[in-house]
Amino acid sequence: MLRASALAGLLLATVSATPLLAQSEPVKIGVLVTLSGPPAVLGEHARDGVLLAEKVLGGKVGGLDAEVIVVDAEGKPDVAAQKARELVESQGADFVIGPIFSNVMGAIAGPVTGAGAFLLSPNAGPSTFAGANCNENVFVVSYQNDQMPKVLAEYMNTQGIGDAFLLAPNYQAGQDSLNGFKQQFKGSIGGELYVPLGQLDFSAELAQVAAMQPSAVYAFMPGGMGVNLVKQWAQAGLSNIPLMSAFTVDETTLPAEQDAALGMLSGSNWAPDLDVPGNAEFVAAYRADYGRVPSIYAMAAYDSVMLIDSALKAVGSTEDKAALRAALKAADFTSLRGNFAFSSNQFPVQDFYLTKAVKRDDGSYQTSVVEKVFTDYADAYVGQCPLK
Amino acid sequence: MTGLFLLQLLNGAQFGILLFLVAAGLTLVFGIMDFINLAHGVLYMVGAYLMAMFTAQTGSFWLGLGLALPAVLVLGLVLEVTVFRRLYDRPHLDQVLATFGLVLMLSEGVRILWGSAPLSVPMPAALSASIPLLGPMRYPVYRLAVIGAGIAVALGLWWLITRTRAGMLLRAGASNRAMVSALGVDIGRLFRLVFAFGAMLAGFAGALVAPILSVDPGMGDNILILTFVVIVIGGAGSIKGAFVAALMVGIIDTVGRIFGPIWLRAVMDPQAAAQAGRVLAPMLVYILMAAVLAWRPAGLFGRAGAR
Repeated sequence: MLRASALAGLLLATVSATPLLAQSEPVKIGVLVTLSGPPAVLGEHARDGVLLAEKVLGGKVGGLDAEVIVVDAEGKPDVAAQKARELVESQGADFVIGPIFSNVMGAIAGPVTGAGAFLLSPNAGPSTFAGANCNENVFVVSYQNDQMPKVLAEYMNTQGIGDAFLLAPNYQAGQDSLNGFKQQFKGSIGGELYVPLGQLDFSAELAQVAAMQPSAVYAFMPGGMGVNLVKQWAQAGLSNIPLMSAFTVDETTLPAEQDAALGMLSGSNWAPDLDVPGNAEFVAAYRADYGRVPSIYAMAAYDSVMLIDSALKAVGSTEDKAALRAALKAADFTSLRGNFAFSSNQFPVQDFYLTKAVKRDDGSYQTSVVEKVFTDYADAYVGQCPLK
Repeated sequence: MTGLFLLQLLNGAQFGILLFLVAAGLTLVFGIMDFINLAHGVLYMVGAYLMAMFTAQTGSFWLGLGLALPAVLVLGLVLEVTVFRRLYDRPHLDQVLATFGLVLMLSEGVRILWGSAPLSVPMPAALSASIPLLGPMRYPVYRLAVIGAGIAVALGLWWLITRTRAGMLLRAGASNRAMVSALGVDIGRLFRLVFAFGAMLAGFAGALVAPILSVDPGMGDNILILTFVVIVIGGAGSIKGAFVAALMVGIIDTVGRIFGPIWLRAVMDPQAAAQAGRVLAPMLVYILMAAVLAWRPAGLFGRAGAR
């Protein structure tokens, strides 16, 4: 793969030794997401989102020939940084779509933007890039990490839930998630438990919840951890206590959670049944091509390509970086989320929803919009970002 | 509080039983054949995946279990014949390298075959209820069944090893392999059986947890480390040791996780207690292991001076 594209690059270089057109080389879009290990499914959703967008655009992005280079970040910041360097320096990627995990973001942003390429995040939105250290070549297409827990905290506020119990894995994103929740929640925190990252048996924690009988539980348990928490929830006889979560019940975990998750509430910026133009077609096409219901990872990756498409259409080539940056920031594309704009820190301003896990007519599972919680919601760090 | 403590004891015992099922096979291989098998955790994972596949195909938990067990047994035999047999006389480092390579291959193979998204196994309807304990707390029947199955396996193993001819040969082989071989016993065949049987027990543990936990490609790695802790504490080669140590590790890990911060709160302020408890709880089993090693270097039931 690598050798083949290097060879192709060499061929192209010889063929286009005497450039006649302004844009003689194809636009190169690197996709740097985690595609191995237990959390690989999130990266696969994002990758498929990119590939579907490219297919919908007929293999061209912004009317120009495009080449998509998919690379596995392996979930390891050091490996990802090396591969990011390779993408932008040896392969000449103009845009990099990635990563999934916030800890990888810190490692790849430097190499990507240092080489003059644009980084578009289809998921990770760490506060470190939203505030004082925002970067003019980094565009976060997804959300800011604090926002999802705040959706649930706000919903609990409106429901008059006075006390909540919090659960998260013991690492940076887990702590950020609970802190985000606590900033928004007006009630009292009955207790909070951090579990080791990768813990799969929650029997001890669930016994604690059963003993305390809180009015609601907020959990942030991504991937396989979430599957286990949800499955064990009903088994432990806790169905009477509402479990509300972020990144725990979604289209990547529902195939394993199945009926155990039905009715559970989450916070999200999108759902497959969100009624905006183009969304139903996207969901149907994704389902037809990849055999599963798309998740927010697929949606944001698809949006990232459409964003690049809109910017390239406006500018016409990848030569003028300043014009391209302005065109990206204008966000003049049809997002699958409907309302979409960038704040000055290049994080989205968008609507957030309460979603519920439901069973589709075809027997598979998805999240479904219950109600809008925030409208045109920007993150809390915009003011600290020096970008205009 | 007493009710919660009892409930956590049950949770710890259930976790311990699971560790025992995985550790039983590994301790036999490690103690009797002096063979370090890092791929044992992968067999646990494969057991869970086969269970997921067979239950999905047959639509029945029991049929799935009935098909998954012999399948893991066969896989164990195949691995023994193709890979492990060549490693018995090699130094430990070679064994570690080769079996670690096998871990990577099998994990990737599982991912290619079944994908990286977690799978799930439906719980048999007869065992899916939960029974009331004290107050609002309930305990899932399925977890009680896991405890029961584990105890039955432990008793069966004890009978097999102390009361049968095969068990006698095993014990003899563990003490002096050369002598047993000289007496005309096919030690190679014996080892092959032990190995395949150990693989099946690990697969059984994987199949049992499949309805509780998600079945994903990383599940074998987590349990392998604790399994080695169990073997070190219990003494390599001792089934009794593995049983006692597995229960100790399961209960200390579970109770420490929940009650560590609560007990620490009595001596320091809540914020610091929560922080310290979070850091200390995962260390408890390793502290226990260090203490046992200092007191009895061969483990609780290990024979001092044995190879």
